[in-house]
Amino acid sequence: MLKQIEGSHAVAEAVALCRPEVISAYPITPQTHIVEDLGTLVKDGTIENCEFLLVESEFGALSACIGSSAAGARSYTATSSQGMLFMMEAVYNASGMGLPIVMTVGNRAIGAPINIWNDWGDSMSARDAGWLQLFVESNQQAVDVHIQAFKLAEELSLPVMVCMDGFILTHSYSQVDIPEQSQVDEFLPAFEPRQVLDPAAPLSMGAMVGPEAFTEVRFLGHQKQLDALDLIPQQAAEFEAIFGRDSGGLIKSFESEGAETVVITLGSVIGTMKEVLAGMRDDGHSIGALTIRSFRPFPSDALRAALKDAKRVIVFEKCLAVGMGGIVSMNVRMALKDSDTLVQSVIGGLGGRPITRAGLRRMFEKGLRDELEEPHFHDINMDIVNRELEREKQQRRSGSVAENILRDGGVVAAAKTI
Amino acid sequence: MSQVSDSQQKVKFYQTGTFTAGNRLLDEQHRSVQATMDRCNSLDSGHRACQGCGEALGARYAIDAAMRATGNQLIAANATGCLEVFTTPYPETAWSMPWIHSLFGNASAVASGIAAAMKVKGREDVRVIAQGGDGGTTDIGFGCLSGTFDRNDDVLYICYNNQAYMNTGVQRSSATPGAARTATTMPVGENPGNVFGTGKNVPLVAMAHQIPYVATASVHDLHDLEYKVTRAMEVRGARYIEIFVPCPLGWGSKPGDTVKLARLAVESGMYPLIEAEDGEISGVTRIRNRVNVEEYLKLQRRFAHVLKPANANQLEQLQAIADRNIKRFDLCRVEEEQL
Amino acid sequence: MFQVRIHGRGGQGVVSAAEMLSHAAFEEGKYSHAVPSFGSERMGAPVVAYVRIDEKDIELREPVLDPDLLIVQDPTLFSAIDVFAGLKTDGYVLINTTKTLEQLGIEETANKLPAGHIVTVAATELALKHLRRPTPNTVLLGAFTAMNGTVNIDSVCTAILKKFPGKIGEMNVEAARAAHAAAA
Repeated sequence: MLKQIEGSHAVAEAVALCRPEVISAYPITPQTHIVEDLGTLVKDGTIENCEFLLVESEFGALSACIGSSAAGARSYTATSSQGMLFMMEAVYNASGMGLPIVMTVGNRAIGAPINIWNDWGDSMSARDAGWLQLFVESNQQAVDVHIQAFKLAEELSLPVMVCMDGFILTHSYSQVDIPEQSQVDEFLPAFEPRQVLDPAAPLSMGAMVGPEAFTEVRFLGHQKQLDALDLIPQQAAEFEAIFGRDSGGLIKSFESEGAETVVITLGSVIGTMKEVLAGMRDDGHSIGALTIRSFRPFPSDALRAALKDAKRVIVFEKCLAVGMGGIVSMNVRMALKDSDTLVQSVIGGLGGRPITRAGLRRMFEKGLRDELEEPHFHDINMDIVNRELEREKQQRRSGSVAENILRDGGVVAAAKTI
Repeated sequence: MSQVSDSQQKVKFYQTGTFTAGNRLLDEQHRSVQATMDRCNSLDSGHRACQGCGEALGARYAIDAAMRATGNQLIAANATGCLEVFTTPYPETAWSMPWIHSLFGNASAVASGIAAAMKVKGREDVRVIAQGGDGGTTDIGFGCLSGTFDRNDDVLYICYNNQAYMNTGVQRSSATPGAARTATTMPVGENPGNVFGTGKNVPLVAMAHQIPYVATASVHDLHDLEYKVTRAMEVRGARYIEIFVPCPLGWGSKPGDTVKLARLAVESGMYPLIEAEDGEISGVTRIRNRVNVEEYLKLQRRFAHVLKPANANQLEQLQAIADRNIKRFDLCRVEEEQL
Repeated sequence: MFQVRIHGRGGQGVVSAAEMLSHAAFEEGKYSHAVPSFGSERMGAPVVAYVRIDEKDIELREPVLDPDLLIVQDPTLFSAIDVFAGLKTDGYVLINTTKTLEQLGIEETANKLPAGHIVTVAATELALKHLRRPTPNTVLLGAFTAMNGTVNIDSVCTAILKKFPGKIGEMNVEAARAAHAAAA
């Protein structure tokens, strides 16, 4: 059914269609609307047979899901940013125990300085935690991929994060086709756990494993993720057959075939890019784009195949490995290690910095001339950076970097970005 | 108090010097769970606890009593700690019940999740226990614990209190008493050992949450322990039982003195045994043979410095704590039936 | 594509206005996209929200930098930020005020726009009259439908009732229709 609906609400409706049995909720911007809406859907009976737990922290939120999932209940929670960090110990624990929890991440920057706006710092901080990480480009995909996420998680016995850009998707209203319950029921069978806490068949879960077996346990976790590389496209195809939409999968090409230059990114920014790249193609440039929809597992083979004719790759990412450079680009380089393709790394949109068509066009043109430094910080104001560096050189007690930069940027300019 | 307790009170075998009546002297229906052939041995033998481990003893009695009370329909969530480590080195497990260990600080939240799953699956006959040591309860697990209490989730949380982080090598927790030596409160300098005026009394904190049932128990009085666990399982909602479990390794005591130390802690007033319902004290176990704290302290190397004349003020402070407990909970009132 | 930027302050219903406008377009079978751009939730802070309306799917995610329509819910913002930034030369401006453009000090900007493209409405007063609350958002949406045919008053009213079912919605509909009639 077509609805004009907030992204968060659409996700709540999608999760509701998946017949969750336990939902734990803790507020953190910009994920909060999702769990608020789910609370209402449980209370008004739209979601039947579901326990909605109001927990005391994100650590408690995921821990409760660990318990409920281990006891055989389909379990869901959502988080963002600091919340993800606060539950990080449980994030690793859930995947280590192979519990098929689905968690939405409303992607938001990590502080300090505290910042509530969008980038991928939170999801990227958990990229090695053993969860599947599926990024979505639109609210329609957010709906579709959540439905696929439960099936993937339960099939693999691994937890799945659905990563959606905070505010840009979670808080935006757009047209979304909410599937019918019968369609979801056809696609998603009831949860049949591989391991379950059951008095009729007692087992011990989460016991200690020493050096004699830890490597093998980890290897199997890795192998399961590699298996997901086959399962994800398979389930996306099954999804398309029932729902009639191409959502999910490992990667998605946007006229990247045969293009000399291919832009790679994740998430919603592809929407703005598509328009810019179409304009550039009209002007005679051979340029296309490709999104990575499954960041974990990382689709190295699929990328290699898709990029076999590309001379140049520009990776645009809203995250930074401080002291190293781009995170997504590092992964892309690894996938392309045996090819001559030039991979350029562009870091942009950090902490919600708007990504504009004009800025992207300027940056892509620079990339086409091979003039992007490594890594390139998109739309950075180097005047302000240099002023702070100079201040630090001049005086020992130079003060708070964040505050100095805001002051240099001008209060009026800062107010405009609110 | 229950019939079991009443019955215990009536038996007077002062010749044992302990006020403890052996099982064989009791009516069959009043004997401990462990005395019966149908005990389920949820925590089976062959685990790797130290000799004289109070926690292993307390856990065995507590869990078997809970199993009996629930007809073996029980799931346990365990915090990281000694109990977890000594019972489950994969592929071995000492637990013959569904058991999960997740993390150090989340046992109560995991248990809340299990309880939610049982409710949604219409299996409310399956009950849930969370358990951990004092570190996992009063410190790192405190937030989650308070959340479980706040929501009044149908979980019995059992804290095995041995007054320090034993699994990591005896470091101070917020349950460590004043003056006690731990690896992070060594008996050096002025006021050796742990500082006075710190720490938390989690049973009282639990009561402040107005949860339906809170109790403290000790491994020297296993009938009472079993009674309290059984009582807890008769109630729905969040419940908290703290069991006093001496630790020979951490306390520097003889393995054979574990039960004796637990008794002396209670009879000196250092560890009051109480019950509370809906936030109000509903029962206390009276001290029948009051001892000075020195009797309790002198069997433990962690308090060795306290007994030196130079640290007489520490001994006084510990005695004052015991006296305050006795007064506060009216632990020494002589009851008619005991005379 | 028709692009709208709504300026106001926290508590004035800026984000709700964007939502309702996008819903009105949806009611007419159009694609639309409403994006709030607020920060931490607090009353009185400057708030901006964007709406895009088109005949085809909208994938553009950048903030509205070159609006076709500006809705200014609080005229005190003129002295705080550059409200007119990027406004198209033939764009529309709708301001909640009882003052004249001269009094607001924006007559120079106004003179550059085509005749009838800048309208002032005493929306807070109308809202107080109809709703007994100083929330000017639905009044302004009603007034907008009289300026330009992007969405009509009926679909705005449907959107209002969707957002606020029941009595409050009906009062808002009444306020929007009154504003539409006054601005027509």
